[in-house]
Amino acid sequence: MSRVEARHEVDRPTPSGAPSRGGEPGALRWWRRHTLARSLTLLVGTALALGLLSELLNEYRDLQLADAAYYFAVLAGLSVLIGLSGQISLGHGALMAVGAYTAALLIGNEHWPLVPALIASVFVTTVVGVAVGAAASRLRGPYLAGATLAFAVGLPGLAYQYSGTFGGANGIAINPPAIPSALGSSFPLERWEAWIACAGAVLVAFALYNLTHSGVGRSWRAVRDDEIAATVSGLRVPRVQALAFTLSAACAGLGGGLLAVVLQLANPGAFPLVLSFYLLAAVVIGGLGSLLGAAWGAAILVLLPNWTHDLAQSFSLPDKVGANLPLAIYGLLLIVAMLAWPSGIQGGVRAGAGFIYGAVRARRAAGREIG
Amino acid sequence: MKVTKSRSMAMLAAFAALGLVAAGCGSSSSSSTEGVSATSITFGTHQPLTGPAAPGYSEIAPASQAYFNYVNAHGGVFGRKIHLIIKNDEYNPTNTVNVVHQLVLQEKVFGIFEGLGTPTHTKVVGFLNSSKIPDMFVASGCPCWDNGSAQPYTFGWQPNYTIEGKVMGEYIAKHFPGKKVGVLYQDDDFGQGGLAGIKDELPASAIVSAQPYQSGTETLAPQITAIKSAGAQVVVYFTVPIYTAIGQLTAFTLGYKPQLFVSNVGIDPTTVAGLLKTVSKGKASGTALIEGTYTNNYLPSVAETSNPWVALFKKIKEQYDPSVPFDGNVLYGMANAYTLVQALQAAGKNLTREDLVKAVNNNGAKWSGPGLVPFRYSATQHGGYSGVQMGRVEGGKVVMFGPKLTTEPTSGTPITTFNGSQPAPPASGIPSD
Amino acid sequence: MTQFINLTLNGISTGAIYAVVALALVLIWRATRIVNFAQGAMLMFTTFLAAIVIEAGNPYWLGLLVALASGLVLGAVLERVLIRRVESAPPLNAVIVTLGLLVLLEAAAGMIWGNTPRSFPAAFSIQGFEVGGTRLLFSPNDLFIVLVVFGVAGGLALLFRMTTLGLQLRAAAFAPEVARLQGVRVGRMFTIGWALAALVGSLAGVLVAPSVFVGPNQFDSILIYAFVAAVLGGLDSPLGAIVGGVILGLVLSYVSGYEGSALAPLAALAVLVATLMIRPGGLFSPARERRV
Repeated sequence: MSRVEARHEVDRPTPSGAPSRGGEPGALRWWRRHTLARSLTLLVGTALALGLLSELLNEYRDLQLADAAYYFAVLAGLSVLIGLSGQISLGHGALMAVGAYTAALLIGNEHWPLVPALIASVFVTTVVGVAVGAAASRLRGPYLAGATLAFAVGLPGLAYQYSGTFGGANGIAINPPAIPSALGSSFPLERWEAWIACAGAVLVAFALYNLTHSGVGRSWRAVRDDEIAATVSGLRVPRVQALAFTLSAACAGLGGGLLAVVLQLANPGAFPLVLSFYLLAAVVIGGLGSLLGAAWGAAILVLLPNWTHDLAQSFSLPDKVGANLPLAIYGLLLIVAMLAWPSGIQGGVRAGAGFIYGAVRARRAAGREIG
Repeated sequence: MKVTKSRSMAMLAAFAALGLVAAGCGSSSSSSTEGVSATSITFGTHQPLTGPAAPGYSEIAPASQAYFNYVNAHGGVFGRKIHLIIKNDEYNPTNTVNVVHQLVLQEKVFGIFEGLGTPTHTKVVGFLNSSKIPDMFVASGCPCWDNGSAQPYTFGWQPNYTIEGKVMGEYIAKHFPGKKVGVLYQDDDFGQGGLAGIKDELPASAIVSAQPYQSGTETLAPQITAIKSAGAQVVVYFTVPIYTAIGQLTAFTLGYKPQLFVSNVGIDPTTVAGLLKTVSKGKASGTALIEGTYTNNYLPSVAETSNPWVALFKKIKEQYDPSVPFDGNVLYGMANAYTLVQALQAAGKNLTREDLVKAVNNNGAKWSGPGLVPFRYSATQHGGYSGVQMGRVEGGKVVMFGPKLTTEPTSGTPITTFNGSQPAPPASGIPSD
Repeated sequence: MTQFINLTLNGISTGAIYAVVALALVLIWRATRIVNFAQGAMLMFTTFLAAIVIEAGNPYWLGLLVALASGLVLGAVLERVLIRRVESAPPLNAVIVTLGLLVLLEAAAGMIWGNTPRSFPAAFSIQGFEVGGTRLLFSPNDLFIVLVVFGVAGGLALLFRMTTLGLQLRAAAFAPEVARLQGVRVGRMFTIGWALAALVGSLAGVLVAPSVFVGPNQFDSILIYAFVAAVLGGLDSPLGAIVGGVILGLVLSYVSGYEGSALAPLAALAVLVATLMIRPGGLFSPARERRV
């Protein structure tokens, strides 16, 4: 009883024993069946495209790209959690904080290099995620939401209480990541940060793509759609759900670690309660259960505040209106999306693309008939 | 099959959209005279326009802007109009980093002015100094801005919290000897700095209770009851206005009336009275709960209507920022803006960013303005005002008294009296130094 | 010793506030099987309206009346327009919709009235009672709050047990189809349930406003603590909401007083997790209820 109403097309796995459709070339069939080949190609292609994009953008936009990349890491895990496994979490802001503080403490105090520190962020957050996930697997719907909400509010308190270790209200500041000399002395810091963050994001996408198109992904969907049927067919429901939660926590940990590297800080004020609401709004509006939906969500999180600021400026709105505008839009879209448009932006894009494709096919079919 | 194809098309669409966004942005071009032209000079600032526990602060930057508009209407500085771009960071350091990067990299401001908050601004000091962007007159009393050797582009402005703590601590030691002292402080650089100053001047045995609180908490009952239980007869608050109000409400319920000292950060009577406007039918309303409180200031009190600086700023406010009450925050914003104009004039007509920094290093200590004490500016000291004068809330207004006292924030340094007097403002209201 | 007494009294008076908001949550749960995460934001909104009325010079009781009336209207309208659409959908949809409502209401309040907290008068004196020469951290106003809370809880219990309306409300929630067959206007029962809950919430808002001030974000933690209190007592039990609220208030007061106020939210989390692990139905769960 914990699935989100799935009126949209979910990432359907390509069944591996599917009969070939009439006239379909064997290569395409092989392509459809081999997830790893598809995902590796996508990985390389996306990495190259992002690298090219970062070269075209100026430094400020590169920083925004880096922001979007670390948001994507969190949002992808959260989107899979809510959309595919049917659990909700309002605590992913706190999980990001765990990753960020781990990375900041290791890089700042212990002088660890970048990649081991990020791996440690993922590891520590995964451990926390296992604990939370075990509790989460026994909770449903509103109970889970309330518990993760309490977690999100409570965890930053640790930073204040043990301010000797965690730096209290000021948090921890670290040095910017060192740019490798191979890139030349005038390589902008923001572009290097964008590369690091995008590398993390692409890895998350690769891992989740493979998982969601595998048996694990199918077991999530089965549990989401009908727990009793899933149990009857042999799935251990609590274990499946705990795995989903733990994985999404790992993604959040990486996102938090990347945040610490990109912004060079870990601070309780950076993970307020409202961050968890932003994350939820972003995955819902972008499109639940879809990696591209998470990408849309990340873009919105980064670009919306500037858009609303410019909007408020051009209409000369008073400060209090302009400052609250992003939140108002998120709240409104959350409600509208749930009531009328649950598949979010990605659903709309897919529907639009499907419509165009259908029209093209119909035209071609009509052409063949006539000709 | 439809899924795969439409998904690929969707991805193409996504990249196309991203490409459009990128195309609209263009690539950077850096110039050494960014943010300044023959007719204008632009500064940026980050402020908590919304967010927890920051009422009143949202008035500061618009007040600075009002003073700049006044100067612009009278010809500007060397014919240049001063523009201030105000960005909201909601007191969240993540936003501060992004907003300051945007100001520097996209809006290409000449410098940052009056960045507000310690946990927020500390996260951009490294970036500003490594990019050689002037970071003028940070709106925070953290001792961390006072480091001209390591952070040559960053300047503080208000006296730092340790200086304030030392002056108040010395006053307590002199006028309330032997009394038990309790301290309520915000658990960050503000409160901790102030507490350090108090501890520097009072013997350890005199401080019977020091209670921290986190900004954002909703009750101070545990802290106030602890201070009361320890028997403190003098209590020092290093609180922002809303927690001054909450603390005093709790003390009122407990019938606890120690002699109160409050930091200049949290005493502005207009702000505090606004927060206590209607509680408990007059007994705890308005300024009743802070009447008789000792505080301090480095600018004249807004209640001193006969002070020519107060009259000048009030007149400017009426014309350029009429919708807000004339309170301590507005005075702060205008006085800080006055100092920036002094710096711009000292830097000369054809100025670079380095010229502005050198102007403060070489001349700042000599500047006179609305401040009661001189500045501590040199190549190594970037601290700002060097001291404060004690004051007391009487009849709902802050009345200053006693000598002006200056000191260094380092532990153990003496407190000395400053005997200079406050000069009158220039007739035009614009500095001519 | 005085510290302990003061912390206990403080715990009871803050616990009473959590109890009242928990009552509103329980009411909506019993009526529509939804947890209303927007409860705190709804009561913030109605308290703002009351604050505006009072600031304009009107007496306190008029402000209170405005809060209660606007609560009734707001609850009914929201149920009819928004919640009706997700009542028969999976629970996750309702959770997300109420969260969206929370965010929207807080942003709207900020846009209309600004984000600066403002003061709110108390109905009675806030000076603590004097006992043996010392003043306690418990005032006539606190006593008023506690009495009101018990009164409301009692009234709701009577409503649900003794009246036809109460029976219809419970029937509509537990077995809507059967209730319809019996002639119960199920839709109207849902609306009434929400309106009543919003009324109770508005009362809570007016009671707590003097000590936390009125602002868009000032009631956030009250929602979370009220939720914990409701779960602790049992989402189906009004009496449980009271007991849960008081227990939670005491726990938080002691933790803040003896350990540090930064740990209070974590203590609440610990209480919540412990309840959900050990006795998920809450302290007053009916014996027949299955584990969540």
